[in-house]
Amino acid sequence: MAAGTLDRLFRPNKPIPRQIELWTGITVAASVFGLWCLFTYGGIVSGDFLPAPGEVWAAFVSTLSDGTLLKHTRVSLYEIYLGFVLSSIIAVPLGIFMGGFRIVAAAIEPVVNFMRYLPVTALIPLLILWVGIGLEQKIAVIFLGTFFQQIVLIADVSGRVHDDLYNVSYTLGASRWQVVTRVLLPATMPGVMDTLRVTMGWAWTFLVVAELVAASSGLGYMILQAMRGLHPATIFVGIFVIGFLGLVTDLAFKWAKNVLLPWTNIR
Amino acid sequence: MGQVHIDEVSLAFETRRAGRVVALEQLSLAVPEKQFAVIVGPSGCGKSSLLDLVAGLKETTAGQCRVDGKVVTSPGADRGMVFQSYSLFPWLTVRKNVEFGLSLNKVPPKERSERADHYIGSVGLLGFENAYPSQLSGGMKQRVAIARALANDPEVLLMDEPFGALDSQTRSLMQELLLGIWEKEQKTVLFVTHDIDEALFLGDVVYVMSARPGRIIDTIDVGLERPRHYDIITTPQFIEFKRRIMSSLHAEVEKAMNLN
Repeated sequence: MAAGTLDRLFRPNKPIPRQIELWTGITVAASVFGLWCLFTYGGIVSGDFLPAPGEVWAAFVSTLSDGTLLKHTRVSLYEIYLGFVLSSIIAVPLGIFMGGFRIVAAAIEPVVNFMRYLPVTALIPLLILWVGIGLEQKIAVIFLGTFFQQIVLIADVSGRVHDDLYNVSYTLGASRWQVVTRVLLPATMPGVMDTLRVTMGWAWTFLVVAELVAASSGLGYMILQAMRGLHPATIFVGIFVIGFLGLVTDLAFKWAKNVLLPWTNIR
Repeated sequence: MGQVHIDEVSLAFETRRAGRVVALEQLSLAVPEKQFAVIVGPSGCGKSSLLDLVAGLKETTAGQCRVDGKVVTSPGADRGMVFQSYSLFPWLTVRKNVEFGLSLNKVPPKERSERADHYIGSVGLLGFENAYPSQLSGGMKQRVAIARALANDPEVLLMDEPFGALDSQTRSLMQELLLGIWEKEQKTVLFVTHDIDEALFLGDVVYVMSARPGRIIDTIDVGLERPRHYDIITTPQFIEFKRRIMSSLHAEVEKAMNLN
């Protein structure tokens, strides 16, 4: 008996036609935008509460043309990449060794797990006291927010490398150092890439929080100033720019994984 | 080259649930060079552990393993191993997997690729050199694993239920392929399985292991003529051997199950 089309679309874990998949996404996005237009242009909510798409666009054009948007975006990007890169270059090797060597795990796991459960937002006042509200504070917040999460996620990845891969390498004549460089490191690379991609999203959160609390520039600061000046359209510009940058970063990570680790993406 | 001696080897370890478990007890056997020796036993009898001891991946509690008279203290390239789980490196192509051992030991690239070509050819995977493991079937993966072990030119080939995860048609083909290669390469093979047909089809000698603690309870000199074809499994002599192994194993399996 042939199942109905609708029935076929709602089977757990089963593929659906590509066209339907595509149009479902477009329809939902368009509906959200349509509702936004309806509420604002239809006069259902006030413009002070929710700005209309046209106003947001106008705010985008004006902040872009007077250079404020680019200035704040550049500051935020600089802060986030510096903080994220600093965190990653320490967390990746340390996480790999923590997952690969029990002795490293025994040494740093207690500290890492303690720090991991401290919300970084609770540390912001202390950080302001220590390093002020400049670049150092943003870097510190992003670093503390992502580092301990990265290390735990990466340790989990490297801890899952199958024993047989080590064993077969030893029987092929690998030294212990070769097992680390030729098995442990390559085996963890896909998981490391995924971890970086996920934690990059968190880094954005910490950055904006840090900028909202104390800053003199950056997208978070721009949003805060817009709130103070009762300029909701500019708030929306800030939100859209952050969302857009996040999306681009995510795509860049996916692209990098396909290029650097082609074997993860073939069937 | 390639004689294996296992001298009164015992292996015991502590577990949280069952306390001290004796996996192997005073087990001895000797495999002369170029022999195809098979160990057959019930699951959990410690036959895989025995291979790990010869490979040097585990340490004996008492006794020792020797390869060409040298006591095994650590793993080495003279004892190649093939695992049931294939254990190919998913980030390397078939060719790079096969060359892995050679590249560790700094064999020059030209010789490396010649040896890889030779063994990829002898396991019938020409044309798949640049495929990644995820693109291969189980049987093909295990052929890569065998080529990888052989390319390293070990004295002894240790095989831990290598065909256990394959379907029965693929398994018979792989057994014949393995025998074909072995007859050319003339390596000492120590092969572990729980499949009696497989043990008798492949082995010069079949050792039957008891349930835990593992000991050798029967030794069968198979002596069936080579080269072998799969129809030998219907010959009266083969069936007689099979009956003999089954009856010893039957009692052991019962014992193993009662223990649990």
